[in-house]
Amino acid sequence: MSTPPPRPAGAALLDLVARVGAWSIDNLRGLGHNAFFMVELLRALPAAFGRFHLVVVQLYAIGVRSMVIIAASGLTVGFVLGLQGYYTLSRFGAAESLGLLVALSLVRELGPVVTALLFAGRAGTSLTAEIGLMKAGEQLAAMELMAVDPRRRVLAPRFVAGVIAMPLLAAIFSAVGIFGGYVVGVLMLGIDVGQFWGQMQEGVDVWRDVGNGIVKSMVFGVACTFVALYQGYESQATPEGVARATTRTVVISSLAVLLLDFVLTAMMFSTPR
Amino acid sequence: MGKRGIEILVGLFVLAGFAAVGYLALMAANLAAITVGDTYTVTARFDNVGGLKPRAPVRSAGVTVGRVASISLDTHTFQGLVKIELERRYSFPKDTSAAILTAGLLGDQYVGLTAGGDTEYLGQGDTIRLTQSAVVLEHLIASFLYGRAIDSPGGDSGGK
Repeated sequence: MSTPPPRPAGAALLDLVARVGAWSIDNLRGLGHNAFFMVELLRALPAAFGRFHLVVVQLYAIGVRSMVIIAASGLTVGFVLGLQGYYTLSRFGAAESLGLLVALSLVRELGPVVTALLFAGRAGTSLTAEIGLMKAGEQLAAMELMAVDPRRRVLAPRFVAGVIAMPLLAAIFSAVGIFGGYVVGVLMLGIDVGQFWGQMQEGVDVWRDVGNGIVKSMVFGVACTFVALYQGYESQATPEGVARATTRTVVISSLAVLLLDFVLTAMMFSTPR
Repeated sequence: MGKRGIEILVGLFVLAGFAAVGYLALMAANLAAITVGDTYTVTARFDNVGGLKPRAPVRSAGVTVGRVASISLDTHTFQGLVKIELERRYSFPKDTSAAILTAGLLGDQYVGLTAGGDTEYLGQGDTIRLTQSAVVLEHLIASFLYGRAIDSPGGDSGGK
């Protein structure tokens, strides 16, 4: 065995540069892979509308079965907003603005964001695990052998269903949350019912607040469903691989939702009315 | 579960979602009157309505008896024209006076009614003649600063 040749000066530095380069290329490749996957998914979308019953089945799995957790969370968030908002507002003698506070917080932020986080945990994980296990069980490969494109048959209906379900779930969350705020503010704490609704109607705008909230939740729907499908489809076909993919779905979707929320909020609401 | 059962549940889910969107949109737009029971509308002109908002309560002796229906500018007298919906079961004498008051120091403004002694009662479409405008804090401070009671628009208008 010969000893390795003496390393020239500055090799350590070059190693470091090379490592940074490899890291960047890896990440860029991952990004490109994501983009290609997105393009393939979008190309497969028309197939989903051709066979809409597949979408309906997924709407049931993703939307209907998420409704209970969404409604229950919305109600408790509304309760808490009512209690905490009342505590702060009553110090300034503005407890009547509670309705406005609850409605704006829910419609603009909490409705879309909390729904998306719950969606990632409730529906995203099940999508990833389902597709990952389909891959591990070689069902996807079998479909390809039968000349059935799994992207059209499996991914596209789930994607469409996720994007449809998210805004609806977010709207249910907000509506139930406002009802929770009403229960705490008006029925428990005794705020004037007219002031509660009146200030809300005065301050909440249909397009600016409700509309932008719906746009937000649509974006979150695309992001969450895409992440879940990508992680499932690209997971390693082993039990560990599916477990890792499921974890990554929750982590990546949650971070993506929070980051997108900041960007969208800055774009939508940074200018005063 | 059969295919039809799933379809029904999905239909309910979609309908519930759209109902929620409609509920949110209706809330932002002007929802129909919340006050239950019959109401009659009277108008009052104020020199300055201050921070009064539509749907603010109308109180008499501290009891809520109605709501502010709308606020607009009377282009003949250049006064604030406030339409008030009063519950039918409460009737007030013709010479009742209305004032815009504030709940607490910084709270929301409401209309306070003080009954007069007339034997006839206000009816649908009548006008409250005696009004007292909202107190504008700046005018109040100004009158203190200059040590005299300036003729601020916050004073008694006495009606026209």
